[in-house]
Amino acid sequence: MVKKEMIAMLLAGGQGSRLGVLTSKVAKPAVAFGGKYRIIDFPLSNCINSGVDTVGVLTQYQPLRLNSHIGIGIPWDLDRNIGGVSVLPPYEKSENSEWYTGTANAIYQNLEYMESFNPEYILILSGDHIYKMDYEVMLDFHKANNADVTIAVMPVPMEEASRFGIMIADENKRITDFEEKPAHPRSNLASMGIYIFNWKTLKEAFLALKDQPNLDFGKHVIPYCHENDKPLYAYEFNGYWKDVGTLSSYWEANMELIDIVPEFNLYEEYWKIYTKSEIQPPQFFSKESKIERSIIGEGSEIYGEVYNSVIGCGVTIGAGTVVKDSIIMNQTTIGDNCELNKAIIAEETKIGNNVKLGVGEEAENDTAPHIYNHGLVTVGEKSFIPDGICVGKNSVVFGETTAADYEDGILASGKTLIKAGDE
Amino acid sequence: MRAIGIVLAGGSNHRMDVLSQKRAVCAMPIAGSYRSIDFTLSNMSNSHIQKVAVLTQYNAGSLNEHLNSSKWWDFGRKQGGLYVLTPAVTADNSNWYRGTADAIYQNLSFLKKSHEPYVVIANGDCVYKMDFNKILEYHIDKKADITVVCADLPKGTSPERYGTIRMNEECRIEEFEEKPLKAKSNTVSCGIYVIRRRQLIEMIEKSAAEDRYDFVRDILIRYKDVKRIYGYKTKDYWRNIAEVNDYFSTNMDFLKKDVRDYFFRTYPDIYSKVDDLPPAKYNPGADVSNSLVSSGCIVNGTVEDSVVFKTSYIGNNCVIKNSIILNDVYIADNTTIENCIVESHSTIKAGSVFKGDDGIKIVVERNERYSI
Repeated sequence: MVKKEMIAMLLAGGQGSRLGVLTSKVAKPAVAFGGKYRIIDFPLSNCINSGVDTVGVLTQYQPLRLNSHIGIGIPWDLDRNIGGVSVLPPYEKSENSEWYTGTANAIYQNLEYMESFNPEYILILSGDHIYKMDYEVMLDFHKANNADVTIAVMPVPMEEASRFGIMIADENKRITDFEEKPAHPRSNLASMGIYIFNWKTLKEAFLALKDQPNLDFGKHVIPYCHENDKPLYAYEFNGYWKDVGTLSSYWEANMELIDIVPEFNLYEEYWKIYTKSEIQPPQFFSKESKIERSIIGEGSEIYGEVYNSVIGCGVTIGAGTVVKDSIIMNQTTIGDNCELNKAIIAEETKIGNNVKLGVGEEAENDTAPHIYNHGLVTVGEKSFIPDGICVGKNSVVFGETTAADYEDGILASGKTLIKAGDE
Repeated sequence: MRAIGIVLAGGSNHRMDVLSQKRAVCAMPIAGSYRSIDFTLSNMSNSHIQKVAVLTQYNAGSLNEHLNSSKWWDFGRKQGGLYVLTPAVTADNSNWYRGTADAIYQNLSFLKKSHEPYVVIANGDCVYKMDFNKILEYHIDKKADITVVCADLPKGTSPERYGTIRMNEECRIEEFEEKPLKAKSNTVSCGIYVIRRRQLIEMIEKSAAEDRYDFVRDILIRYKDVKRIYGYKTKDYWRNIAEVNDYFSTNMDFLKKDVRDYFFRTYPDIYSKVDDLPPAKYNPGADVSNSLVSSGCIVNGTVEDSVVFKTSYIGNNCVIKNSIILNDVYIADNTTIENCIVESHSTIKAGSVFKGDDGIKIVVERNERYSI
C-alpha cells in the first residue's frame, strides 16, 4: 500500500488582483519573478529540496500558463512513479458541484487525492511567496511538540503587525490565541500561511465544517482546532520571506536580487531554485551596450544600456535605449532609443522605437490608485506600444495599442489604457 | 523516422592540446552554454530519430555526466531512447574499440535488434544544424549505398586534418583521401553518413573478419569504386572544433548576429542539459561589450570580445579581452586575460596576467579557492 509520510497541498488558484494587469491572463503563482523564474518555483523547489515528493497543486483562476509550466514536474524532479506533482482543478460531482470557494474548501474537495497517499501529515502552502524554507525541519518541530497543527510564523515589526494574522504563543511556542489584523496586536508573530496538519485532525475538522460556506483555514479550520483543544504550535522562521502581493512589493523584491550580496541569494550551491527553462543560449552584449547592477536571463540580447534592472530570458533591448530600475519579463522586445524608468513590462510585449515610459510628474492613478502607485509604469503581457509614445508614471498599458490610442502620442501620468483582458 | 542514429564520440585528439586531457572532444563546451555533442544529438532529435547510440571510449567522464539523462534531447522514450555504449569485456572480446568500425562491430547487436531500415552515423565534434530527413531522401533518390555529407571549407582553411573528397558531376565520390599531406580539393567529409542498416551490418562484419577496424579507411575508401558512394554537399554553417584554433574561432563566430540567430532564434532549437542556474549578475564596475555571458556568472570587471561560459566569476578591475572563459572559472581581482582559453574550474589569483601574444594561449590554473 502506498504510504507517504507528508504530502504538500499548494494553493495556486488565486488571481492576485493587486498585481493589476500582470494577473489579467495568468494566475499569480505563474507571474515571472527574478529574471527567469515564476513565483510558484519557490514553494515547488522548497518541496523537493525538503524531501516532499508528492505535491497537489490546486488551480482555478486562469490555469493555462500554470499547467504548461508545471507539466509533469520535470524541472523540479517531481515526475515520480508514485506521487510527484498533480494539478488539481475543481471538478464536477454528481451533486453539489462548485468552484473552490475558500482555501480550506479547495483542500476539502480533494480529500480523496490526499487519502490515496495514506499520509501522516499534510503540508499546506500558498503559491505567492518568495522564500527558501526546509519543511522537514518544520515537520521535526511538529513531531517534537506532539502538535496537531503547526503554523509557520515570522516576527514582523510591531507597527506592521496589524496588517497580518497574528499568533500569540507561550514560552513553549504553543499557540494560546490568535487574531486577524488586530488594531492593537499582542504579539509580532505573523502567520505565513504555511501549515502542517496531522492528517487525522485535518480530516476530522473538514467533516465537522464541511457545510461552512467559503471554508477558510485562518477563519474556520484553525479556530475549530483551537476550540477543540488540539495542540497548536508556532514554528518561528527567521529567513527571507517576501509577500509579492502588490505591484510595489513585487517590484521591491525583484530589486533586492540585484544587491551586491542579496539577502535572498540565488547563487548558493545548495537549495537551488528550479524552473522550466525553454531558452538556453547565453546572453549577448553589443559593443555599445552598458550594464550595471542588473541580472539578466538566458538568450537576451542587449544593444542599449541597462541599470538596476531585472531582465528575463529572450529579451531584446535596442541600441540607444536606456533601461533603469525596471523589470522586463521573458521574450519582450524593446526598440531603439527608448527610455524606461521604473517600468514593469510583462512577457512577450513589443515596444517600438523612441518610446518613453515613466516620465514626467507623478499623478495618482485614475482607476485603481491602490494597485498602480509608487511611480511604476505597468505594461501587461503581449502588449504593443507603437513608436514615439510617451507614458507617464503610475500608468498602465495593456493590449495592442495604436498611435490613435494616445492623445498627441502621450499617455499622461496616472492614466489607464487597457485594450485586452477581462478588466 | 526510418533511421536510427549512431554518434561516434570515442576519439582522443592531440590537436586539442591540454583541453582534451580532461574530456573527450565531444564534451567540449561550445557557445557559452552547450557542449559539442548537443548539436548532433539535437539534430537527430529534431529529425525525429528516436533511437540513438553514443559510442564512447576516451576520457568519457564529462561526457557521461552530460548524458546522465536522455530527457534533455527528448530521447526519454519508451520507443527507442539514448544508449551510451562503452567497450565491454565479454566472453569473446577483451579489446578496446580499435577504430570506428570496430566500435560499431562490438555493438552490432544494437544494429541487429533495430528494425529501422537506415542508419545515420555522425560524429559529436561539429557545430551545425541539419535535417537528416533531407539527406535520407537524397540517399534514396540517388540509390546510393552510402551517402557522405560534405562541405567546402572556407578559403584559407587547410583541409589537412580532414578527409578530402572529389565528386563527379553526379555527386558520386571518385576520390577520398584521409588527412592528405597535400590536399587536392577543399571539399571535406563532415563525418556524417547515411547507410542502409543491413548494408552496414554486412560491411562491418566483413571488415572485422579481415581485421580492419576503421570506418573511413576500410569501408569508405576501400569500397569507393565498388559501392555507390555519394556526397551530399551542405551549404549551411558547419564547423569541426577538434583543433584549438578552430575551437576558438567557432566560439567567436557566435558573436556574429547571423550565427546567433541561426542557432538560437530559428526553429528548431539546439538542446542541452539543464543546469538550473540563476540569471547572470552584473555588479557595479561591470563593463561588457561584444561578448556572450552565460547564466550563473557574476561579473564585476571588463569583458570585451569574449565568450564567458557558465558560473564563472570575474572580479573587480579584471580585463578579459578576446578570450574564452570555460565553465566555473574564478578570476580574482585585477587580472588581465587576453587571447586565451581558460580551462574550466580554473582559479586565477588576483593580479595575474595571461596574454597569448603569438596565438591562443591555454590557461590551466589550479589554485586554492576560498570564496564562493
